[in-house]
Formats: sequence, structure tokens, C-alpha cells
Amino acid sequence: MVKPKFMEGPLKGNFASAYAAMDADVDVITAYPITPQTTVVEKLSELVGEEEFTERQHVEYVRMESEHSVGAGLVGASYAGARTFTATAGQGLLYMTEMVHWMTGARLPPVVAIQTRGITGPGWNIWADYGDILSLRDSGIMIQFIASHQEIYDSILQGFNITEHPDVFLPLFPAYGGFVLSHTAKPVKRIPWEEAQKFVRPKTPEWPHVWVDGERPIMSNALIMPQNFYTEFRIKIHEAQMNAIPVIKDTMAEFEKTFGRGYGNGLVVPYKCDDAEVLLLGYGGNALQAEDAVDKAREQGYKAGALRLRTYRPFPKEDLLHYIKKIPYVAVMERALAFGSPTGGAVSTDIMAICQRDPKARNAHIVPFIGGLGGRDVFLDEQIDQIKILYELKEKGEVPDRKYKMWDTFWTGLITGDKKVEVENQEYFGDI
Amino acid sequence: MAKTKIKDIIANPESRREYFLPGNSTCQGCGLDMAFRWAMKALGQNTVMISPASCSNVVTGLWPKSAPDWPYFNMAFAGAAAAATGMKHGLVTKGKGDYNVLVWAGDGGTTDIGIQGLSGAAERNEDIIYVCYDNEAYQNTGNQRSSSTPHGGVTTTTPYGKERYKKNLPMIVAAHNVPYVATASVGDPMDLYDKFMKAKKIKGFRYIHILAPCPPGWRYPAEETIQQAKMIVDTGVFPLFEIEDGNLTLNGKSKRLHDKNKRKPLGEYFNKKNQGRFKMVDEKILEELQMDTDRWWKWIDRFLVIQDYEEK
Amino acid sequence: MTEEKKNWELLRMNREKRPKVQNWTSYWDLPYGPVSLPVKGSAGRTGDWRTFRPVVDNEKCIKCYFCYMYCPEGTISVNDETGFVEIDYNYCKGCGVCATNCPKECIDMEKENK
Ligand SMILES: Cc1ncc(C[n+]2csc(CCOP(=O)(O)OP(=O)(O)O)c2C)c(N)n1
Ligand code: SF4
Ligand code: SF4
Ligand code: SF4
Ligand SMILES: [Mg+2]
Repeated sequence: MVKPKFMEGPLKGNFASAYAAMDADVDVITAYPITPQTTVVEKLSELVGEEEFTERQHVEYVRMESEHSVGAGLVGASYAGARTFTATAGQGLLYMTEMVHWMTGARLPPVVAIQTRGITGPGWNIWADYGDILSLRDSGIMIQFIASHQEIYDSILQGFNITEHPDVFLPLFPAYGGFVLSHTAKPVKRIPWEEAQKFVRPKTPEWPHVWVDGERPIMSNALIMPQNFYTEFRIKIHEAQMNAIPVIKDTMAEFEKTFGRGYGNGLVVPYKCDDAEVLLLGYGGNALQAEDAVDKAREQGYKAGALRLRTYRPFPKEDLLHYIKKIPYVAVMERALAFGSPTGGAVSTDIMAICQRDPKARNAHIVPFIGGLGGRDVFLDEQIDQIKILYELKEKGEVPDRKYKMWDTFWTGLITGDKKVEVENQEYFGDI
Repeated sequence: MAKTKIKDIIANPESRREYFLPGNSTCQGCGLDMAFRWAMKALGQNTVMISPASCSNVVTGLWPKSAPDWPYFNMAFAGAAAAATGMKHGLVTKGKGDYNVLVWAGDGGTTDIGIQGLSGAAERNEDIIYVCYDNEAYQNTGNQRSSSTPHGGVTTTTPYGKERYKKNLPMIVAAHNVPYVATASVGDPMDLYDKFMKAKKIKGFRYIHILAPCPPGWRYPAEETIQQAKMIVDTGVFPLFEIEDGNLTLNGKSKRLHDKNKRKPLGEYFNKKNQGRFKMVDEKILEELQMDTDRWWKWIDRFLVIQDYEEK
Repeated sequence: MTEEKKNWELLRMNREKRPKVQNWTSYWDLPYGPVSLPVKGSAGRTGDWRTFRPVVDNEKCIKCYFCYMYCPEGTISVNDETGFVEIDYNYCKGCGVCATNCPKECIDMEKENK
């Protein structure tokens, strides 16, 4: 057996994605480069030729000519029963959209890693912003927000246990901040092959609901008339999302038991929530930083807690309500803008909806914050200010004003003219 | 290769089997129906078809019934070539690499929205057979213009006749240097059958462009489908050929039609009495159509001249 | 869940063992995705579309099988004993392609009297 070139040490987030896909024993990878995903496909190109992998695995790696084709290729390979993986971001994900819906409609189980990136319109932007993945909020895919390098690896490895679960059969899109995680290096541990294989779901010759066999021919995804079960098949997708909630929890519990590390219950990750009076609720890297903000604020006497939303679809209603009922002052921080929506944020809107339907959470105060768009930094001070705002609300019974509050939403980091903003001449403009 | 005769087909139980089951919803006299029938007789049941949005997606049956007696997957309009790519690679990993993987696309799905995926798959030399059945418009959505609609043709989006010319897809694919490119017509089912027999034995990207007349779209009586398909070939408008590893051979009737004088006059085909969709074709358009036909043959000449030169 | 799996098992059988028609009655017993099974007459009895019925005059037939070759629908079969062609009127759409291409003009398109 060849000694692996890398087992543990500092690793770029995107390389963690590539190793995880290989260690999950994927069959087919289709890929097309886009910043900040490129290093995933570059690394994979290397790995598929490295002896460590070639001596034990057969991976078909196809360098496609577009993301639409990447999506279609995954659908085709997945129909054949293959375990499939790809990664994309921003415009690439938008271009793949039609095929993403096809994946869920056909109930196929690929795992697709997303290096979130700003959507273009105002101008090219390649930096972290979850607007890309959230544009597929209602497509039926499972969405997870990943906050650390090790978590990237672990989530992708867990991914197939969730997507290929017979109660689920939906694709999973673990998303992490472009550049913030994709291009920085932090310690990552790979799981040795044999152990990984014991954990990862065993392969089957075909899926239970779609197969390729000349003796047992089927036609898949034919035209369905309105009166003839189209509605029911759509509801089945919703049902699968609901089924995924316990599956995600079980998978995380088993992972933690086996490898000694985990991320909450797989759905949400609480931090110092036991005695907290106010709650910072967020996702991705910002939510991890919120834990620092909580520590800082506690030094100043504010009893804050942080809750990281790790799985967004399916929506972990019960788990969120559990904390919101205990801590009814909640700042929801989002790194994506849902134009024209009630709060400007998809997550805060959802949270308000679940509170409304629960008598014990109906009076909770949900305060939306939006910031960090297109890669703008969200500073620790800004998060501490969010905690202060919650305390003002708690004491005065009213959401306080700030210059950066508009339409009842706080726009964290908004340029209000108070500070001088210098537009530097940057050396690196990035590849679009 | 000796040409298969209909008697050989009758003598062989394999090729007697009907894979595209009767009682499907193709229109009377549908050329696509014939193409399905004869392609599948050659390919057999261990064939997977990936079919993008088109008449094919509809005539193969509403859920939960289907006409194809072989694995058949509907696909998004632009995604067929890539899905077939994925399917082939997926089957290889599942020990089913011997299946024929086909794209079965209309002219719209091929010459327009699907051309990127087609070109990508051809450039990568994917081990698939890409079939374009060409009914010269978007028939499924009610007969709108495609890149493959002939000059002068009336469709619902070209009510005054199409201004531009038919896109020469077989030559575009040939420019990708793939192992096999062929044109076929449902007017010559044995030639079509033979081409599929040959194609299925070749490895790599294979492209077969089938001319498949459509009675309601072209506006001619259903019983004339074969005559229409033959006439397109006899006038030289759609030459039948194969390009194997860059070597072009003319087949069937087209063998004799390299000599322009042996072709039937274009006016017999592009004529409103022949097909309702040609009601806008006048003298001028007919001349332009002649020019366009000559251009198609020039491409063939280029191949023949190069081959000649290489032989010497 | 277990119920659904049973239904899938049946769909997954080969041609002989699988159900001839899928008869789902409620949301709860549906499979995950729409799987269609091949069947003759997927569009119903298409023979009902006919206004003209092709009738072969075996006296004149020379068994050239052009009609078999050109029938778009595949509704013409060859009787192995007699060698004559037979038409499946359940599904023959009456397009007339066979009649147009018979070299002996021995297929007559007769008006259906419905
Ligand atoms: C992305 C997308 N755009 C448009 C359509 C609508 N559409 C469905 S089939 C079709 C035309 C198909 O034409 P062609 O490929 O020539 O096949 P034909 O119907 O003629 O057999 C169109 C425009 C679609 N399904 N998907
Ligand atoms: S519209 Fe044309 S191609 Fe489509 S089924 Fe009818 S005859 Fe065939
Ligand atoms: S009328 Fe048409 S469908 Fe019927 S047998 Fe003749 S060719 Fe076939
Ligand atoms: S085409 Fe005419 S002569 Fe030939 S087999 Fe058919 S019925 Fe007989
Ligand atoms: Mg068409």
C-alpha cells in the first residue's frame, strides 16, 4: 500500500473538499472551474492520478465544458447508480440551476460542495456571499452551512450517508465561504481509508427507485398530467426533506461516536446557550466568529449565547424553537440579501414563521441583521453591537435605532458617511 | 459492408422484435416513429437513451406508461449530451460499460440549445452515440423555427419564410475529428439500420443525423412520409454519407448524386404543392436554396479532394 | 415506508414478473419518483384514430415486405408459416404509408365505417 501524501496538517478548505470526496469513495466526478472553487477541481485532477487512490479506487473524472453539463453529467451518472460529487460557486451554480432541480425531482443523491460567492449584477464579485446557494432555497436540495476546514472534510464524508439514505434520496449542498475557508489553510485530519469505508454507506448496484437494465426497462421522469400525481411526487420531495432531519442527526451522532468530533447535532450548534439572555443566530464563518463576540461581550457583562444554523434545508424547526423559547431575544445575522422579502433575509423570515406557529415562541423578538455581502468583513465589534442592541431591546421593550437600520432591518457595516472610506488600489483583482 | 436487405431482417428474430412499442402517441406517418423503430432494431435492449425535451419526450408516453421497451431517460433540453456522458461513466463504474449510451435529440435540442453539450462531448470523444432526428423545427412546441429549418420554410415564428439557411450540423461535428459521423434518412431504413449496426461497434463519439419528416409540421399528407424523405435525398438537398476517421463515403442514392445533373430539380421538393410550409418559396428563394445545396456538397467535395490527395 | 419498498420491489422485477399496469391509489403508496413501464398502447388503442383501414390482398402480394419496412408504427408483422404480412388493427393508425409504398398496390385503404 502506498503511503498517503497527506493525512493531517494545515490544509486549504478546498483541498479538504477534494480529499473528502476521494475518501467517500465517489465513482463519478464532473467538474468545471470557477473562482473560488477552482482549487477543488485542480486538486481532484491530481488526486485521481495519485497512486494512493488509483491502487484502490476507480474514479471517473470528467472535465466538462460548463456547469450546466456538470449538473447534467451528475444526473446521468447518478441515474446509473454511481456515487457522484462536484463543487461550484456563484455564477456556476446559477448556470447549473436547471439541473439542480432535476436532481431533486429525480430524487438523486449527489453531494455538491459550494464555495459561496457574490452573484454578479452590480459588478463581478468573487468573495463570500451566500446569495448563490440561497437562490436554490426552494429547489429541494439539502443545504448545510459549513464553518471550519475540518468541518468541510467531515461534512462531505457524512454527506453520502444522508443523501443515499433510503428515506431521503436528495442531493446535499454543503456551503462554505469563498476565500474565507476555501483558500486559507487550517489543521485538518483525514480519516484513514479503512475507517472511512466502515463509516460511509456501503454501495449498492443500483438505487431502489431508478435503474438501468435492459431486462427491466423503465422510462424515467416522463410527462405527468396535473390530475395524475404530479402534486404527490412534489410533496414526496418535501417529505424526504422532513425525513432527512433524523437522518442528519443520526449520522452526526454516529460520526461523533466513531471519530470523536462533531458539530452540534448536525442541525444546529449551540455555544454558551445554557445561561444566555440574548442570542446571536447565524451561519457559516460569521457564526463561528460570533462565539468570540459572545466571549468578549460576557467580559463586559452581557450574557449572550450563539447558535449556529448548520443545516438550513431541511429547516430544523424544533431545534431552533428549543433555544428561541428559552432565549427570546434573537439577532439573526445573514450574509445574503433576499430582495423584496419581509426582512431582506431568508433565514430571519423563516425563523419568524416558526415562532408565529408556536404559542410559546410567538412573543420572541427576532431582529434581522444583514452584512458581509460580497466578502465584506463583519467585525467582532459589529457583532458585539448586535448583542448590545438586543440588550437595549430587552430593557426598553423596543428595537433601538441605528443609522444603519432601514425597513426594520439592520444593515451591518453599511457605509453611512460617518467614517472615511478608502478605496485602495488592490494588487489582486481575482479571476472572474 | 454489404447492405442489409429487408429479407435479412425478416429472417432474423432479433431484428424482427419491435422495441418501440406500437400504440404510442406519434402522429400518423411520423418520421421520428420510424427512426426509433429502426435504430432500436439495430441497437437492442441493452441501450440507454437520454432524450432532451422534444416530441420524443411526449410520444414515448405519459406517466406511468411508456412506449420504449429499453431504458429511457427524459432530460432537460440543454443537458442531453452531458447526461449521456455521465451515464456512460456511471455505467462503467457499475460494471455495465457495455451498454450503448445514446442521446436521442431533436434538431432544436441539437443544433440550438444543446450544441454546447454536444460539442463538449464530441471534443472529449465520449463513448456515446449522439442521434439527432431532424424534423426541421421545434415540433413539440408547435412548429417554431430552429437552426435546422430550411431557408424559406414557414413556421409559426417565421410566418414569412425563414431568412437564414439550414445549419450544417454533421459537418460541424465532423470538425471535432470524432470516429464516426453519418447522415441517414427514414426514406432508406436499411441504410439507417446498417449505420446503427456499424456505429454500435465503434468506440468513441459517434454522431448520426437522421432526416425525419413530420407530416403536421411540414404540411403534407401522412402517407407521403417516405416519398418526402426520399425526395430530399434525390434532389441532393440532404446527402447521405458517412465519415469514418475523416474518410467520407457517399451512401445509398447519394452515391450517384455527386454529379449535379443526376439530381432531381429542387423545385419539385421546395414547392407549396409538395409541402405546405414552402408556400413562401419563390424563384429568388429557390435560387438561394440551390446555392445552399451546392454549399453542402462543397463540404463533401473538400473531404473527397483531401482523400484523393492523400491516396496519391 | 416498508409498504413503499414492497411496491418498488414489484416495479424492479423483470418484464414477466412486474405489474402490467401501475395502479397507485394514494399518496402513501407511491414510489419516490415517477417510473414508467413499457406497454403496448401507451397512448391507448391508437387503432381508433383511423379513418382509413389498410387491407392487404394476399393474392397480389409478392412478400417483398416493403410495407413492414416502412410502417412507422411497427404494426405490420410477418406470419412465419404463410410468409404473408398481418396488420395489428388495435394500433394501426391508418397513416397509409404501407399502401403508398407497396410495389404491387395490393394494400387498399378502405374507409372505416364507424
Ligand atoms: C430550457 C428549455 N427551453 C425551452 C423548452 C421548451 N421546449 C420543449 S421541446 C422544444 C422544442 C424541441 O424541438 P426539437 O429539439 O427540434 O424536437 P422536436 O420537438 O421537433 O421533436 C422546446 C422549445 C424547454 N423544455 N426547456
Ligand atoms: S409533430 Fe411531427 S415529429 Fe412530432 S410526433 Fe407528430 S409527426 Fe412526429
Ligand atoms: S396504415 Fe400506417 S400504421 Fe397502419 S399498417 Fe399501414 S403503415 Fe402501419
Ligand atoms: S408491400 Fe405489398 S407486396 Fe410487399 S409484402 Fe407488403 S403487401 Fe405484400
Ligand atoms: Mg425538431
